Amino acid sequence: MFYREAGDFSTTYPEDSQTFPIKFDRYRYYVVLAFAFLVVPFIINDYWANAILLPFLIYAIAAIGLNILTGYCGQVSLGTGGFMAVGAYSCYKFMTAFPDLSMFINVLLAGVVTAAVGVLFGLPSLRIKGFYLAVATLAAQFFLVWLFNRVPWFYNYSASGQINAPERTVLGVAVTGPNTSAWAAYLFCLVFCVASAIVARNLTRGSIGRKWMAIRDMDIAAEIIGVNPMKAKLTAFAISSFFVGISGALFFALYLGAVEVGEAFSIQKSFLILFMVIIGGLGSIFGSFAGAAFLVVLPVAMKIVGADMLGMPTDIVAHLQLVVVGALIIVFLILEPHGIAQLWRLAKEKLRLWPFPH
Amino acid sequence: MDEGYTTTDGRKIGGVVMEMKNITLRFGGVVAIKDISFDIREGEIRAIIGPNGAGKSSMLNVMSGFYVPQEGEVWFHGKPRPQMKPYQVAQQGIARTFQNIALFEGMSVLDNVMTGRLTQMKSGLFAQAIWKGKAEAEETENREFAEKIIDFLEIQAIRKTPVARLPYGLKKRVELARALAAEPKLLLLDEPMAGMNVEEKEDMSRFILDVNDEFGTTIALIEHDMGVVMDLSDRVVVMDYGQKIGDGTPDDIRNNQAVIDAYLGVSHD
Ligand SMILES: Nc1ncnc2c1ncn2[C@@H]1O[C@H](COP(=O)(O)OP(=O)(O)O)[C@@H](O)[C@H]1O
Ligand SMILES: [Mg+2]
Repeated sequence: MFYREAGDFSTTYPEDSQTFPIKFDRYRYYVVLAFAFLVVPFIINDYWANAILLPFLIYAIAAIGLNILTGYCGQVSLGTGGFMAVGAYSCYKFMTAFPDLSMFINVLLAGVVTAAVGVLFGLPSLRIKGFYLAVATLAAQFFLVWLFNRVPWFYNYSASGQINAPERTVLGVAVTGPNTSAWAAYLFCLVFCVASAIVARNLTRGSIGRKWMAIRDMDIAAEIIGVNPMKAKLTAFAISSFFVGISGALFFALYLGAVEVGEAFSIQKSFLILFMVIIGGLGSIFGSFAGAAFLVVLPVAMKIVGADMLGMPTDIVAHLQLVVVGALIIVFLILEPHGIAQLWRLAKEKLRLWPFPH
Repeated sequence: MDEGYTTTDGRKIGGVVMEMKNITLRFGGVVAIKDISFDIREGEIRAIIGPNGAGKSSMLNVMSGFYVPQEGEVWFHGKPRPQMKPYQVAQQGIARTFQNIALFEGMSVLDNVMTGRLTQMKSGLFAQAIWKGKAEAEETENREFAEKIIDFLEIQAIRKTPVARLPYGLKKRVELARALAAEPKLLLLDEPMAGMNVEEKEDMSRFILDVNDEFGTTIALIEHDMGVVMDLSDRVVVMDYGQKIGDGTPDDIRNNQAVIDAYLGVSHD
């Protein structure tokens, strides 16, 4: 009853094309933002930050990135883990080469470097599509991991072959390194996550977004209406990789603190992000959040219920997770390719009509 | 060069917009178009007719830069058009529809029509990312234009509907809307009325005449249905087996013996 668009008219085109044209949605968005910025930092603790909030925010950025490429532009990628590694290693190089640079700049520059690398590995998309492109991006994944393992310059010749995030501050507060408090890391990631979502939303509702979707839906028709397919695809690779690179930089510098590339950014990471996008919803920014939240919370929830409450052995619980995620992927791919975001839309449509469904 | 003519209903037709000069197009051994020449004049409704497989769609594909002919030249605005990609042809002001609808199924009607405006939208990536200044102004401006087309084609009620949910006849109309949104100088329509019922055909004919009348758009259209073509067009090219067998006003065509033998005889069964 309370979810209504009646009496909620858009009288101008800008009003109609805003992100949340329905007032109720807009207010809920403001409330969530206010809660995330003003309340959570005061109640956060290390467990919540490390188990849920940081991975959620960081994966959401990666999922937004992949969603732009795959969900909006229709180009499959299995190289997300490799591109996150590019973000992580370039962030590390900037942090160590320019110790005085603000951490904000480091992360942004990591995004820019990853965007350039993404364009490079996006070049095959001009010739090949679908399955073959997926294989090409898979090659990028393995190549990048191999590169960061093999060339010592990338890990500053450290004996362990790992990269470690030194302490860097923002306004005098440590956001990386061992002295970082949970709220500082959280806020830093939150700023990037919210900014990424807003930018992604703006790009996808404007002319560049329509070019991407046109390429996705029918590339021949897109070209006939004046879309340069090469430019559209390569911008999608650039923007997508920019977000994925930021995500990789945050994952390394704020979440893990120390990274061994084969472990942190393996092919499994590529699949994890892809699953987030599929379960959350292809072609939806909200879906990227929903998918990230789901796959971050699911293992934690299963561990709590399975191991802590029911007393099952932890390895069984871990296997159960794989089974559940696998089953969900199949269910979503077959029954609801637009993911949780679409379920949410349908629920809202029902709610809007309730209690008079006709 | 002469400067056009006046139609029977009193419309002024201008100079040559596009001229096909000795076009030959082959697919391997198949000769789809054999040494065909004709022109299209400003403000004109020009029809290409002919039986199935005559090479009409192939001709339209040459005009829109989709196929490159082995021989011959396409002249546009008095100059030979260099070989270019289809998107560059679109940027020159040529829009088209397809025989088999080619809409963006995953997008709403409004977004589909807005894609027609893409050639007019120039704001940079950064402006779009922050959705301020030029990006926002440009979106509103082009939305207004798209809405004008939507009103014109009477599809207001479905503007937020995903295209995949629309029936065939409406899809054809949305595809026309998308082409019109580009404000084309030359509009190419490949069988705009194929597969429609009588009422839908009448609507579509009316829209085509209105487009020509209100926007002054030059139109080249392919049609299978002789009756429709004769009512609609100013001049007609008749194709058969890749060759041009007639070219003139609908009256000329009706009295052309080669055309009667090849085509009219078949369809007036
Ligand atoms: N892409 C293509 N490859 C091979 N043959 C083609 C192709 N397009 C058209 N043709 C052939 O060219 C001839 C003309 O086809 P088309 O232009 O579609 O005719 P129409 O539109 O008049 O029905 C047909 O024999 C058809 O098989
Ligand atoms: Mg045809």
